[in-house]
Amino acid sequence: MIAITVDPIDVAAALKSIELEQAGAIDLFLGVVRNSTQARSVNRLEYEAYDRMAVSEMEKIANEAHQRWPILRYTIIHRKGTLQIGEIAILIGVATAHRGDAFVACRYIIDTIKQTVPIWKKEVFMDGEEWVNALFGLS
Amino acid sequence: MSAFISVLLFGMTRDLTGHSSVLVPIHEPTRVGDLLSQLHQDYPALAGLRTLLVAVNGEYAEVDQEIGPTDEIALIPPVSGG
Repeated sequence: MIAITVDPIDVAAALKSIELEQAGAIDLFLGVVRNSTQARSVNRLEYEAYDRMAVSEMEKIANEAHQRWPILRYTIIHRKGTLQIGEIAILIGVATAHRGDAFVACRYIIDTIKQTVPIWKKEVFMDGEEWVNALFGLS
Repeated sequence: MSAFISVLLFGMTRDLTGHSSVLVPIHEPTRVGDLLSQLHQDYPALAGLRTLLVAVNGEYAEVDQEIGPTDEIALIPPVSGG
């Protein structure tokens, strides 16, 4: 399943959705809101998505991962809206027969999502805010 | 023939333009590159973006792709999901 949601991500439900008897390995990756960036204290993050395209780009990534590794089941859930420190922004779950494929497929999926999926995060600081990596000359 | 094309704006492009979508006058036929030129002229601050891509109907588009008023167009500033 691939989804974008404004609700908190339910890790237990996501795990359950990819469990099956043939899977000897399940990798779960959680991207979590950190309290600082480059020594600057972060108050919260605000995520925005071009939903329709974000879902289709994530489908492309999942399809590519399927071609490369023997994935039995997967799930990708990205949250949007306002997220506080410690909240889960993204969950990726991959179930395979053996652990090597699960690790590498999960890594491929998160790394590629960060490059191509139209989702944006704004870091909100005590004294200002900034869209991450958007402008020349900023972090 | 002249027409208007609606462009969706997200993230930094919305902040730079002050709008979540803009109507851009075009002369058909027009291409993605023509639209970008027009937008850069109307909103010079867009030049400060590290990258600026265009999506047509939910797919990344090349600058020579032809577009019209019925296409769903979106500007894609540097993504930062995950």
